[in-house]
Amino acid sequence: MALFILRRLGVMVLTALCMTLIVFALTNLPPNLEKLAKTQAGTRITDDEVHSWLERNGYSAPILRRYGEWLGVVPASVATDAAGNVVGGRCLRGVRSTSIERVPRYCGVLQGEWGYSTKFRVPVSDLVTERLARTGVLMFWAFATMVPLALIFGVLAGMREGSVTDRTLSTISIASTSTPEYVSGVVFVVVFASSAVGLKWFTGSAKSAVNGITFENFTLPVATIALYGMGYIARMTRASMAEVMTAQYIRTARLKGVKFRDIVLRHALRNALIAPFTIVMLQFPWLLTGVVIVEALFVYPGFGDALVQGAQNNDIDLLLAVSVVAVVVVLVTQLISDIGYALLNPRIRVS
Amino acid sequence: MEQLSWTGALGPWLNPAIGAAVLAFGIAAIAHMFVALLTAGQRLQHAPGTAARHSPLAYRLTRGGLSLALGALVVVALAYLVGGILLPPDQKGIIGYLSTRFLPVWIALGLTFALSFAFRRRLGLYGHLFDNPVGMIGLGLVLFWVFTAVFAEMIVTFDPVRDVLPGMKNRAPGTPLANPAQGQFDHYLLGGDMLARDVFSRMVAGARVVLAIAPAATLFAFMVGIVLGLPAGYLGGRFDSILSFAANLVMAFPVILLFFLLVTPEIVEMGVPAYMAAVLFLFPIIFLVILWNARYRTHPMRRNILVGLTFLIGGWLYLGLAWDADPLGLISIPDGVLIVFVSVVFVNSPTVFRIVRGLTLDIRTRDYVAAAQTRGEGAWYIMLWEILPNARGPLLVDFCLRIGYTTILLGTLGFFGLGLPPDSPDWGSSINAGRGLLQVFPFPPLVPAVAIMSLVLGLNLLADGLREESLKD
Repeated sequence: MALFILRRLGVMVLTALCMTLIVFALTNLPPNLEKLAKTQAGTRITDDEVHSWLERNGYSAPILRRYGEWLGVVPASVATDAAGNVVGGRCLRGVRSTSIERVPRYCGVLQGEWGYSTKFRVPVSDLVTERLARTGVLMFWAFATMVPLALIFGVLAGMREGSVTDRTLSTISIASTSTPEYVSGVVFVVVFASSAVGLKWFTGSAKSAVNGITFENFTLPVATIALYGMGYIARMTRASMAEVMTAQYIRTARLKGVKFRDIVLRHALRNALIAPFTIVMLQFPWLLTGVVIVEALFVYPGFGDALVQGAQNNDIDLLLAVSVVAVVVVLVTQLISDIGYALLNPRIRVS
Repeated sequence: MEQLSWTGALGPWLNPAIGAAVLAFGIAAIAHMFVALLTAGQRLQHAPGTAARHSPLAYRLTRGGLSLALGALVVVALAYLVGGILLPPDQKGIIGYLSTRFLPVWIALGLTFALSFAFRRRLGLYGHLFDNPVGMIGLGLVLFWVFTAVFAEMIVTFDPVRDVLPGMKNRAPGTPLANPAQGQFDHYLLGGDMLARDVFSRMVAGARVVLAIAPAATLFAFMVGIVLGLPAGYLGGRFDSILSFAANLVMAFPVILLFFLLVTPEIVEMGVPAYMAAVLFLFPIIFLVILWNARYRTHPMRRNILVGLTFLIGGWLYLGLAWDADPLGLISIPDGVLIVFVSVVFVNSPTVFRIVRGLTLDIRTRDYVAAAQTRGEGAWYIMLWEILPNARGPLLVDFCLRIGYTTILLGTLGFFGLGLPPDSPDWGSSINAGRGLLQVFPFPPLVPAVAIMSLVLGLNLLADGLREESLKD
C-alpha cells in the first residue's frame, strides 16, 4: 500500500511538472509576452520598448531557463543598468527597487514564492488563497446539497428497477445531466431572480456573498452547480443499487421474509454506496468548469474568476498557480478515490 | 399590426384545458407516490422488465390515473401545434406561427418515424429503439434538431446575422415590425436581441452551426481514440504506458483552462491550433488505410484500389481542412471553426482512448481472439476486425453521449466568447451576448439555452434507449 501511494505520488509530481511546462510554454509564446508588455507598460510603446521591458523584467531568457527560475532550481536573473543599479528582474516584480545584495538568488515555487500577478498587482499566493477560500465555500454548499440528494434519488430508483419511481427519477437524472451550468443558471435567474417576469425570491448576482453568505444571494449559484453534477452521481448510484439488489444474499434475505425496508437499509445500502464514493471523489475536478461558469454568470470573485482573468490578461504566474492547484486537486481526489475504494471493498486489494 | 399573444385564437379553449391537465397530472403523481410508498410491503417484488403480478387496487387505480393525465397533457400540447398550423394567419398566436414555420421538420419527422416503424424488425438495433418509449422520445428530439439544421433556410424568418431592424432591439416575443417591406415576415416571433436581430432565426441557424461541428468533432475524437486505444490495450507495454500517461495528463488539465490557452488570438497567431489540426486530422486517414490493409492484404488489387482512394479523397480533404490548401479550392473551413473543432477533438480524444483501451483489454481474452491468433492473423486485423466490431455496442452508446457532451463544450466556448466570431448564431455565443441583460430581457439568452438543453437531453435519452435495447440482445 505504501509503495502504491509512493508510486502514485511520483506520477503526480511528473504530471504536475509536464502540465506546468505546457502552460508555461503556451503563456510565454512571443506574441503573448508582447501583449503582456503592452498591457503593463502602455499599449502604444514601440517594439524596442517592448523588448527592453521584457529584458528588464526577466522575460527574455530562454524558455527552459525561465521555467527553471519559476520552479526555483535556477537562480533568477536580475537586470542592472550601466551603473550597476538593480532595475528589475523576476524576483523584483511588485517590489520597489532595492540594492543588489538584498535581491534573493532564487525565487521559485520551491522557495514558496508563487510570483506576482500582473493583472491584480498582488502576490499570487495571497490572491489564490483568498480566491480558493471563497470557491471552497461555494463547493462545500454545492456538495452538501448535491451528494445527499443524488444518493437518495439513486437508491430510491435502484431499489425497484423498472418501477414508475425508477422511471421518473431516472428521467429527472438524465434531464439534470443534460443541463449545463450556463443553461440552468440562465433559467434559474429568469425564473427566480428576474425583475421583469420572475418570482424575485433570490438575487441574480452573488457579488454580495463576498461579505457574507445569505440564503438570498447564494442559493442560485449553489443550485446551478449542484444540478449538473447531481444527475451523474444519481445514475451511478442507481446502477450500483440495482446490481446489489439482484445479488444472492438479497434474495436470501427476501426469502427469509425480511421486510423490504430492512433489506434496503441494512443489507443493500452499504454495498451499494461503494461505487458512488469513487464517483463523488472524481466529481471534484469536473466541477471546476462548472465553478468557472457559475462564477462568471453570478459575478462571484472566486478561483474560477481568477482563472478567467488570468487567461484573458495572460497573467503567467497566476495561470501557473491556478493550474498547479487544479492538477493537485485532480490527482489527490483520484488517489483518495482509489485508496477509499480499496478500503471500503475488502475484496479488492491494491496490487 | 398588433402584438401577438402566445396562443392566438386557440387560447380561450386550450389554455384552461392544459391547466386542467397539468393539475390532474400533479395530483395523480402525488397520489401515486403515496400509494406506492404505503403499499410497498404488499406488492410482490418483480424482476426487471416483468410487471408485478399482485398489486393492490389503489395502486393500479393511481397508476392508471397517472397515465391518463400524462396522455391528456400530450394531447393538449399536440393540439396547440396542430391547431396552430390549421388556423388562418390572422388568428395564429406565437406558438401557431412557430409550428407553421417548422412544417418541413414535422413532415420529415413524421415520414422518418412512419418508415422506421414500419420496417423496425429489419433495422437491427435502430429498429429495436422503437420498442423503447424513452429511446423514441430521445430520437424524436435529436431528429427534430437535425431536420431543423437541414431545413434551416426554409424555417428562418430573417437573416440571423445581417437582418438588424431598427426599433426591434430587445423587443418582447411577438412584436410586429414597424413597417415591414413587401414579402418580409412581419413579426419577431421570439423577440429581438440586443443588436435588434431576430432571436428565433438565430436559434434555428444556431442549430446548423452546432450540428455541423458537434457530431463531426466527436467522430474525429473517436478516430483518434480508436487508432491509439486499440494498440495500447492489445499490445500493452511501454507504448501503452506512455500513451496512458499522456491521456491522463490531458484529462487532468482543467478543460476550461485548456480552451483559454488554445483559443486566445496570440496562440492562434503562432499557429498552435493549426499544427494540432494537422496532426489530429491525419488519424481518420491512418485509420482507414490500416483498416483496408488489414482486411484485404490477401487481395492486393482490391486493397490497392481502396487504399489509393482513401489517400486521394482523404488527402484532398486533409489539405483543405487542416492546411486550407485545397488545390481545387473547394474545401475550406473558417478559421474560428477550425480552432473550436480542434480544441473539442483534443479534449474528447483521451476519454475515448481510455474507453477503447479498457474495452480492448476486456475483449482481448475472448476465445475468438485466441482463434484468430492461432489462425495467424496480423495484430491489426485482430484489433480492427475482431475486437472493434465486438466493442461496437458500448462505443455507440458513448458516441451518442459524447455528441451531447461536445454540444455542451461548444456552448461553454461560446459562453466565454472563445473561438467562433461574436456574431455567430451558435447557441453558446447567443447566451453569452444576452446574459448581461438577462434579468430585464430574458428571451435572447433563454431561447438558445432551452435549445441546447433539449438537444442534449434528446441525445442522452437516445443513448439510454440504445443501452437498454443493446443489453436485451
